[in-house]
Amino acid sequence: MLSFFVFKFALEKEKIYSPKIIDNQIYTDFEVQDLIEGKRINLSKVLFGKNFYLINIWSSWCEPCKDESDKLLELKKNTSIMMIGINYKDKKINALNFLKLYGDPFDRVFIDKQGTISINFGAYGVPETFLINEDNKVLKKYIGPLNDEDVYEIKKITNN
Amino acid sequence: MFMKSKRLLIIKILIIFILISFNFKNVAVSSDFSEQQTINITKNLRCLICQGQTIHESNSDFAESMKKYIKSELENGKTNEEIFSSLVKKYGQWIMYDPGISRNTLLLWTLPLLLFLIGGVIIAKKIFRKI
Repeated sequence: MLSFFVFKFALEKEKIYSPKIIDNQIYTDFEVQDLIEGKRINLSKVLFGKNFYLINIWSSWCEPCKDESDKLLELKKNTSIMMIGINYKDKKINALNFLKLYGDPFDRVFIDKQGTISINFGAYGVPETFLINEDNKVLKKYIGPLNDEDVYEIKKITNN
Repeated sequence: MFMKSKRLLIIKILIIFILISFNFKNVAVSSDFSEQQTINITKNLRCLICQGQTIHESNSDFAESMKKYIKSELENGKTNEEIFSSLVKKYGQWIMYDPGISRNTLLLWTLPLLLFLIGGVIIAKKIFRKI
C-alpha cells in the first residue's frame, strides 16, 4: 500500500528540475555581442528604459524554439516589454535565416557562442525564457518552449 | 667594432628568446593550473540535465558551457568558493555534490552522527546491564 503511494507520488511529480532561485537578481554586468551588427556592449546598458525585459535563449537548431516563435511574436506587441534574444551556440547565417523564416520578435539579439552567457543567467539550454523587471529581478523563469498559459501569465504581469 | 656589434646582437637575441620562452612557460603553467582547477570544481558539480553524472564526466551542451564558464571565471581571478556560491545562487544547492552545512542540509549532516550515538547508547546500555 505504502509503495503504491510512493510510486504514485513519484510518477506525478514534475520531471523538469527547476531550482528555488536563492538570489533572483540577474547579473548583467558583462559584455555581449550583437548578432546583426557584431558590436560589443555591456548588457546592463541594454537593459534600460523599459519596465520589463523578456530574455529568450534560442537557437536555429532547436526544434521547440520554432514552436514558441509565434508566442514571442505575440508578446512583442506589448510595448512595456523589451524583447531580448540570446542566440545559443549557433551559426550567424542559420540564426538570421531562422528569424527570417519564423519572424523576428526581438528588439536586440546577442550571440552566446560558448553558452557561458546562458550560464550567467542560470539557464540549462534552449529554449528558456526569463521575465525580469527594471531592477533586474527575475519575475518568472520558463524552462522549455512558451505555451499559451505562459503568454497569458506574462501579459498579466506586464499589464499590471 | 663589427665583432662587438655582432656579439651584442647575439646577446640581445638570446635575451629576447629567454624572455619569450619564460613568458610561454608562465602562460602554459597558468593554463594548466586553471585547467586543473576547472576539473576540481566540475567534479563537485552535478550535471542538472544528465542522469547521475558530474559536470566533469558529462559531454552535454550544458556541461560543456559550464566548464568554459568556470574556466573563464578562474581566469578572471575568482576563487573556488566564489564560483560555487554564485552557481548555488543561480541553480540552487542541488548543483553541489558535496553541499555545505546549512539550515536545509543540517539533518543530512547530523543524522548519521545521531544514529551512531543512539546506537552506541543502546549497545552500551545492553553491555552494562549484562555486567
